[in-house]
Amino acid sequence: MPEPHQPERAIAATGAGGAMDLAASEATSLERTPTGPDGTGPARSLWSDAWRDLRRNPVFIVSGLIIVFLVVISLWPSLIATGNPLDCDLARAQKGSAPGHPFGFNEQGCDVYTRVVYGTRVSVTVGVCATLGVALLGSVLGGLAGFFGGAGDAILSRITDVFFAIPVVLGGLVLLSVVTSSTVWPVVGFMVLLGWPQISRIARGSVITAKQNDYVQAARALGASHSRLLLRHIAPNAVAPVIVVATIALGTFIALEATLSYLGVGLKPPTVSWGIDISAASLYIRNAPHMLLWPAGALAVTVLAFIMLGDAVRDALDPKLR
Amino acid sequence: MGRYVIRRLLQMIPVFFGATLLIFLMVHVMGDPVAGLCGDRRCDPATATRLKQEFGLDKPVGQQYLTYMGNVFVGDFGTAFNGQKVTELMAAAFPVTIRLTLVAVVFEIVIGISLGVLTGLRRGRPIDTGVLLLTLVVISVPTFVTGLVLQLLLGVRWGVIRPSVSAEAPLDELLIPGLVLASVSLAYVTRLTRTSIAENRRADYVRTAVAKGLPRRRVITRHLLRNSLIPVVTFIGTDVGALMGGAIVTERIFNIHGVGFQLYQGILRQSTQTVVGFVTVLVLVFLLANLIVDLLYAVLDPRIRYA
Repeated sequence: MPEPHQPERAIAATGAGGAMDLAASEATSLERTPTGPDGTGPARSLWSDAWRDLRRNPVFIVSGLIIVFLVVISLWPSLIATGNPLDCDLARAQKGSAPGHPFGFNEQGCDVYTRVVYGTRVSVTVGVCATLGVALLGSVLGGLAGFFGGAGDAILSRITDVFFAIPVVLGGLVLLSVVTSSTVWPVVGFMVLLGWPQISRIARGSVITAKQNDYVQAARALGASHSRLLLRHIAPNAVAPVIVVATIALGTFIALEATLSYLGVGLKPPTVSWGIDISAASLYIRNAPHMLLWPAGALAVTVLAFIMLGDAVRDALDPKLR
Repeated sequence: MGRYVIRRLLQMIPVFFGATLLIFLMVHVMGDPVAGLCGDRRCDPATATRLKQEFGLDKPVGQQYLTYMGNVFVGDFGTAFNGQKVTELMAAAFPVTIRLTLVAVVFEIVIGISLGVLTGLRRGRPIDTGVLLLTLVVISVPTFVTGLVLQLLLGVRWGVIRPSVSAEAPLDELLIPGLVLASVSLAYVTRLTRTSIAENRRADYVRTAVAKGLPRRRVITRHLLRNSLIPVVTFIGTDVGALMGGAIVTERIFNIHGVGFQLYQGILRQSTQTVVGFVTVLVLVFLLANLIVDLLYAVLDPRIRYA
């Protein structure tokens, strides 16, 4: 293993599900000693193998810790921020940092630090919900299309082509410009609507590769039903590329939420979100750049953490790189 | 070759109609299409009904779509909210955005591929790690933040560029906006080239080329690069459409009056004709760019033949 963590292979990994599994199972049968990490015996799966790699990967550890921290403060923001994000005083508007207010104040005189901490919740919620929705819808549709093929597959492929032809930010502007709700759900719904084709295409390719494997043919010959073939034999061996792409997509969804909020169609006040704060601060960037830089920094670190996590997971699941 | 092009053009037809129908439906959901015609006031009901009849908006959506497409094929994209022809808006906006996109693509090709080759050949060295980290940072900072920060630093603080682009949008003023527009894709191109180069470096044909005594430069440019560029060309080709559509953010930051600006105005003022017209053209550009990419494969790799 000369180069243990090269965060790479953006496109190559997407279609390599089957080859990946084959190589992994060969590696297990040829060189591994019969001690599974959890004491289950000699047969170490792709997953436990990947986990063994990940635990030693500093990129994974760092990004994992950042993400755990983000999730904790999005659940309990008062752990590290004692103030109220909506407690504002115009007299302090645009002021720089002061004792007890390390990041200064925004254009309304609210404490930037408190708002950055409380903004985590919205970003993480949007990212996680949109990713779950996209991954579920995309892998079910793509998986079924790849498994059954035929006319349904052809139609689905054309539909994904159609979605790929529409620029995402543009779709967001059009669809979300009529929304008046200030909750995150319209934004999440839009991301699922325009994001599923990406996952669907990957899941389809990965299922098509997996279903040609001998063990699937054997199970089919033994009379296994479609659902058993899909759930027991194909899905576990086709899900790796979907997980990798979904993790990276999580980061991009968080960035997309901020972009849409910047354009004025994403989330709306009084929701506390990095995107809204960056958008509001962008008008005052010449006089008070700190109001923009702190939430933007938080956003960048969050997106970076998820992209690095996705990279690390991909390297662990793709034995070709070892 | 000819047959392949014809087949691909035929395949584009359903995608084109699907995408335009989708955007047509989305815009239809967007709200009352005549509301924007009465200015900031609400239209009185009689006028609204008359306007709807005049534009055929009382008909079912499917029929409206067919009428619209029929008009598009004879070059009539309708009129925008201020009575200007949408085709006139396009004639003003597209040259600007095309210039911006060209600048972005040139940045992607020149900087992205050079950095990719540099790091791919020095895999694992400090410069490789440094550039990789830099690409990760560029990917994770959203474009509008990069744009605003560069505008602040270069335009306002140091006065290197004009903070907002003038109406004619000459090429030199578009350099920094083009770099901002390209930034994320630039990072992807770098990483893609790097992987591809690193993978092909150990290929047999490279060893052969070295063994027969070719100079290193020739091995890299003629043998290694040519074979490694296929995924990169695919990416850049599909990116052209995305860049033109994604220019909304960049054009807003630097106040460039291109496609993104017109689309943003169209959406704000609920001018359905503007939005659908511009998106239709963008979809066409996207599809044609993909076709050109597929044809370029054959140039890069003579083993690929289109029967």
